[in-house]
Amino acid sequence: MATTVHVDIVSAEGEIFSGEASMVFAPAVMGEIGIAPRHAPLLTTLKPGEVRVQTPAGEEHFFFVSGGAIEIQPHLVTVLADTALRAHDLDEAAALQAKQRAEEALRDRGDKVEVAEAQAELARAVAQIRAIEKLRKIKG
Amino acid sequence: MPGVKEIRIKIASFKSTQKITKAMEMVAASKMRKAQERMRATRPYAEKIRRVIGHLRHANPDFKHPYLVEREPKAVGFIVISTDRGLAGGLNVNLFKATLAAMRDWQQQGAEVSLCLIGSKGVQFFRRLGNVQTLATVTHLGDRPHVSDLIGTVKVMLDLYKEGKLDRLFLVHNVFVNTMSQKPVVRQLLPVISEDEDKLQKLWDYIYEPSAGDLLEGILMRYIESQVYQGAVENVACEMAARMVAMKSATDNAGKLIEELQLIYNKARQAAITKEISEIVGGAAAV
Repeated sequence: MATTVHVDIVSAEGEIFSGEASMVFAPAVMGEIGIAPRHAPLLTTLKPGEVRVQTPAGEEHFFFVSGGAIEIQPHLVTVLADTALRAHDLDEAAALQAKQRAEEALRDRGDKVEVAEAQAELARAVAQIRAIEKLRKIKG
Repeated sequence: MPGVKEIRIKIASFKSTQKITKAMEMVAASKMRKAQERMRATRPYAEKIRRVIGHLRHANPDFKHPYLVEREPKAVGFIVISTDRGLAGGLNVNLFKATLAAMRDWQQQGAEVSLCLIGSKGVQFFRRLGNVQTLATVTHLGDRPHVSDLIGTVKVMLDLYKEGKLDRLFLVHNVFVNTMSQKPVVRQLLPVISEDEDKLQKLWDYIYEPSAGDLLEGILMRYIESQVYQGAVENVACEMAARMVAMKSATDNAGKLIEELQLIYNKARQAAITKEISEIVGGAAAV
């Protein structure tokens, strides 16, 4: 009996993860989704956040995605990440800086495009910080 | 007969040029390896996204997105990826020739041609041409192009396509055959040509969040972007390979020239010594 699902996480700039998982969590646009093996086919877009992959061995991998799409089939999950980096590669300082910059840009209130860009950047930075904090808790 | 000193200076200058070309060759070789790795890294994404598009089209055969529908080609767009810097042999020239040939074909069919240029060599070349419209340009992507640098430029063309102001979109870039040869290709981006249409499985459909149309739009857009990105990365690998070969032959040529000059130099020096001796001998005889 297959109790695992194959997960591929790819971004345009390279492959990030490929392997079996017993459970996958992803930040879909309509809210976080958990995917168990033999999930019904689903296609949805992702918002910035973390993708969590639980391996059959009980390990948990975190990947930060800044958007993208996820395709789910009963035995296959494909995450098409816009830009995904390994969570432990994330530079917390850079994330904080990005957040500050985004907040400053928000305060300035330029035209609509600038505000939208800043909001997106803010969401990304917050998600990055959360991913790092979670990782810390696990390590500590 | 040029003076001995002039020849010596010339040899020294050739030697320093040779050092530069040798260094450029080695730099290009190491950059080429890295670019090839990045080229390989882009493949999984393109494969997976193609698979998702394939699934989508199987699941919704009657859903027609403008990116998938063939139209009468009245206006044609080209995205041309060239290098930012020269000294890469005939790489850019061959690419431009291929572009011009494709453009002429479409113009003869009565289609309007417009361009989107990536890389400053292309910008310089097509600026002089004058008879085509350049809609968007992006230059100085460096040795590691990023998808984010390309999104805006590609979007210009995609938007025009969606508005019906472009009916075909092509991508022109160099394909890395091997270190010694790079080949310019013109590939159709839009409408998306579907492959392996035949293996229609049993009918099933996805659950869509939010709607199928929006999803397909987003995924197709990313697909096009990834294709352009792949082209840009491959072009970097081609640039480095072409530069490596060009610099290697430059180094070899400099070596040959130095050898020849060295011979002339030796002869000139010998002639000068012989002349001096005969003068001394002649002078002694006269005394």
